[in-house]
Amino acid sequence: MATTISKPATLVGKGIRRQEDPRLITGTAVYVDDIKMPGMHHAAIVRSPHAAARIAGINTEAALAHPGVVAVFTGADVKNLGAVPCASSLPGLRVPHHHLLAQDRVYYTGHPVAVVVATDRYVAADAASLVEVQYDPQPAVADPEKALAAGAPAVHPQWPDNTSFTFHQEGGDTGQAFRDAEIVVKQRITSQRLIPTSIETRGVVAEWRPGEKSLTMFTSTQIPHLVRTLVAGILGMPENHLRVITPEVGGGFGSKLNVYAEEALMCYIAKEIGKPVKWVESRRENFQATIHGRGHVDYYELAAKRDGTMLGLKLKLIQDLGAYHQLLTPAIPTLSVLMMPGLYKFKSISADIIGVFTNCVPTDAYRGAGRPEATHGIERMVDILAAELHMDPAEIRFKNFVGKDEFPYATTTGLFYDSGNYALPLQNAMAQVDYAGLRQEQATARAAGKLMGIGLSTYGEICAIGPSAAMPAGGWESATVKIEPSGKVTVMTGASPHGQGEETTFAQIVADELGVDIDDVMVVHGDTAVVQYGIGTFGSRGTAVGGAALFYALQELKAKIKKFGAMLLGSDNVSLVGGSCVDDATGKSVSFAEMAVAAYHAKTLPPNTQPGLVATYFWEPPNFTFPFGAHIVVTDVDRETGRISIRRYVAVDDCGKIINPLLVAGQVHGGVAQGLGQALWEEAVYDEQGQLITGELTDYALPKASFMPLIESSHTETPSPVNPLGVKGVGEAGTIGCSPAVVNSVVDALSPLGVRHIDMPLTPQKIWKLIVQSGGLS
Amino acid sequence: MIPQTFEYTAPQTLEEALGLIAGGDRKILAGGMSLIPLMKLRLATPGEVVDLGRVSGLNGISENGGVVSIGAMTTHHAIETSRVTRAHCPLLAETAGHIGDVQVRNVGTLGGAVAHADPAADYPAALLALEAQIKLISAQATRSVAASDFFLDAFTTALEPGEIVLEVEVPAEDQSEGYSYEKVPHPASGFAVVGIAARIKKDGNRIAMARIGVTGMGAHAFRALAAEKVLENGGSVADAAATVGDGETPNSDLYASADYRLHLARVHAARALATAISRAS
Ligand SMILES: Cc1cc2nc3c(=O)[nH]c(=O)nc-3n(C[C@H](O)[C@H](O)[C@H](O)COP(=O)(O)OP(=O)(O)OC[C@H]3O[C@@H](n4cnc5c(N)ncnc54)[C@H](O)[C@@H]3O)c2cc1C
Repeated sequence: MATTISKPATLVGKGIRRQEDPRLITGTAVYVDDIKMPGMHHAAIVRSPHAAARIAGINTEAALAHPGVVAVFTGADVKNLGAVPCASSLPGLRVPHHHLLAQDRVYYTGHPVAVVVATDRYVAADAASLVEVQYDPQPAVADPEKALAAGAPAVHPQWPDNTSFTFHQEGGDTGQAFRDAEIVVKQRITSQRLIPTSIETRGVVAEWRPGEKSLTMFTSTQIPHLVRTLVAGILGMPENHLRVITPEVGGGFGSKLNVYAEEALMCYIAKEIGKPVKWVESRRENFQATIHGRGHVDYYELAAKRDGTMLGLKLKLIQDLGAYHQLLTPAIPTLSVLMMPGLYKFKSISADIIGVFTNCVPTDAYRGAGRPEATHGIERMVDILAAELHMDPAEIRFKNFVGKDEFPYATTTGLFYDSGNYALPLQNAMAQVDYAGLRQEQATARAAGKLMGIGLSTYGEICAIGPSAAMPAGGWESATVKIEPSGKVTVMTGASPHGQGEETTFAQIVADELGVDIDDVMVVHGDTAVVQYGIGTFGSRGTAVGGAALFYALQELKAKIKKFGAMLLGSDNVSLVGGSCVDDATGKSVSFAEMAVAAYHAKTLPPNTQPGLVATYFWEPPNFTFPFGAHIVVTDVDRETGRISIRRYVAVDDCGKIINPLLVAGQVHGGVAQGLGQALWEEAVYDEQGQLITGELTDYALPKASFMPLIESSHTETPSPVNPLGVKGVGEAGTIGCSPAVVNSVVDALSPLGVRHIDMPLTPQKIWKLIVQSGGLS
Repeated sequence: MIPQTFEYTAPQTLEEALGLIAGGDRKILAGGMSLIPLMKLRLATPGEVVDLGRVSGLNGISENGGVVSIGAMTTHHAIETSRVTRAHCPLLAETAGHIGDVQVRNVGTLGGAVAHADPAADYPAALLALEAQIKLISAQATRSVAASDFFLDAFTTALEPGEIVLEVEVPAEDQSEGYSYEKVPHPASGFAVVGIAARIKKDGNRIAMARIGVTGMGAHAFRALAAEKVLENGGSVADAAATVGDGETPNSDLYASADYRLHLARVHAARALATAISRAS
């Protein structure tokens, strides 16, 4: 037995390189489309070219006669299977029955109508074009406000008002706030429809094993366990006979936080044809048939005192739902309402949501999911108020922030903000850009006729989603830690990381807690036959909920190892130090491997102790966490062309305790890139007939690496009291903080021309038209 | 995103290739950067694809007696970086550098781009300003067509069935000339919303020659002849630029309406001309 032990280096807090990157960079990662099985068939989906039509008939003869085609399935085949589920429940919610394949009507372009199965992917695609569907086109409506107008075409004929639900939430006395107001500002603000565009599209491989009566489905998802439960429900099969495996996932951003018709369809088809079947979505299908994000038309009214004190906020929120409810479609705008107060001390809030059906693909969670919309609204409104009062936008924010000694802070929307120092990131960001100097520079630039803008946003978000009480089906997360007989450590997390890097951060946590080498830790996820039930990764919860579950599992395991250490050392007073157990009195120690062997060989056992070293913990979070931050964006607008250039992008984010700064930086950069995408370039545009005219990457302007400004990212670190790691979550922060800062900056640049609001995306054409209208070109 | 079934042939000689495309439902494949996306979207459904990739003698850049000859299969990257193009037709080299991204430039070819005649392609503006000749060959004959007679309409050229682009001949730019290619790339596709290629020759302070090619504006690229005249007659850059697009029906799409596109063309014409003038000696 060794007697000297060195204290291990602490890995938590260090910028450890991602364990998952080598396989991703070298092309050795396995995605759904890499999976090949003997006898595997291929499916191609026939989709509606119309946004609204009756189906008068489907002729599958020619397709069936095509060499290599083994089956064609239509709505009639799946009529009696379950529906694509919607997990959210709101009072009075109208839920259209969402069949796996269209029955007698189609409701959006891209609506699946038939599936062709063939021995070869190319044959399947050829034969799909041979399926003759007779459509009787009907009038469509693609704009949510038009859908609400009298006489609009009914998306679902049984609900002619196109309204799926209305939802009212009120906190405090807005009536009083608006009576007390010395100034009220109003603005219509939109958050346009966006296409999440993960680089890996969706894909499914399903295999039926008749002997075991079991189905294995490989699917690119963020929530393998929920998919298992819900797809088993659709198919009416026992959940424990369905195994869902999530191989590498090439991006989700919320679009794979869902259960899709194609997942259930492929399982059904694999069983029907008795052969494995693969379907991989094309980019066009991905644009047409995977959920979109955002889709808000918001009407805000903000009541304030002339000294800038904000009193009350009213919102009428029109949510474009699309034609169906996917898993969380109606719930997303309710998150916006929760987040409406932002970081400010509002005494009253009133919100009315109208959920509107349109002949478009459903909207659902997209990075930020409800919070970017809310943050965009409140941050624009604060700027509009500041402009109206001739106050500096920073000053008005400082005046209204929840104070750093007011936590936990109860909001008028019923939340308890956990911890924070909201002024600090803004102070840091202002110092970093020399805010006063910048304003002087701007004055000089304006005098010279230049359009220079400075925009801030101070955002808050709801993360670590979430306590189960606030969730449709559980908001906890699970972790199992196994110390193997050889002393290696296996972690099984119910969170299903798909690019966030928990294989690294979780290994860091394990290495620190157990004192083992990080390379001795393997993090396993995304296989329902291997990993205990879990909820998944979304809502910036992976580390804040899944990591906390891991932490608690580790504590249980440590207590058990210690018993074996004490037994081996023959002492009651032992401590775990690094990877060893040390006798406090003698300094003698036993190694991790020795304790592991003792636990598995079990020649003798400590009292009341089972052999083996495994601990599982299901952790229920007591609250959400509330990260925050400040972004400052400096822009220059070309007066002649309307082109915007970002001169500086400064982000000071507080995501609680940082486990790995490299990964946090990656999340901030990616989030900001998607925020910039919304602010400047991206918009899913449907025409009057409901055709998606931004239907390809040649039309839909996803930001490219070369479009990115330098992101000057730094942090303040306010630990969250909600979980033992002190972490808050960072996956969505960049997206949430970004868009209002950019728009505020450009509106600031154009304010000398009398511009007070611009809806996203801020395309050069839009800016140019504003400049022309204001006579600013001359 | 899966093309319809097609046959693939890779002839080794020009003769063989010309023989093949003389008949049938056949399409030439050069870099495939335009053809393959069209096939994947099933907007093009050729029965047979004839790959020019292995035909020798179609690739290369040389200068002879004041004319730069560029083989049809020469890549955008080669044109962007070749010492010959940089020295003798820097406008074309600069233009090539604006096409797509590195991957596209490494594979896409001049012949393919010219034959494809996308109304938003970059080369046509430069080839018009350079008064290039497009050399065409069929199993029967060769002929040479001026760039100004070659681009006829959107995706339509003077190519006859059975003919292919053999090479492009560019009269060498004078060393004293100034040039510039100004492009507004579409943020999604990277193609030109508008692209302006300008050449200027000075005689003292006077502009002795102006050549302006415009792409992205209409069904096909065109020369801004009126603007050239204004400059050659001693008019200002602003006055010249203000005539660009006169008489044209500008394209209109989600990103740029007709009026905005026209405005962009004029602003960027002025910028391209200013750069070209500053580079001329
Ligand atoms: C992502 C992306 C971005 C792009 N961005 C731009 C851009 O910014 N600007 C721009 O100008 N272009 C752009 N392109 C198009 C690119 O320049 C193509 O390379 C070019 O248009 C076609 O050249 P190719 O060699 O790839 O031809 P192919 O795609 O192989 O062929 C194109 C057409 O020309 C025909 N053809 C090919 N060679 C000949 C020949 N020698 N004689 C007769 N017919 C022939 C083919 O039959 C086909 O109809 C982009 C392409 C992509 C994929």
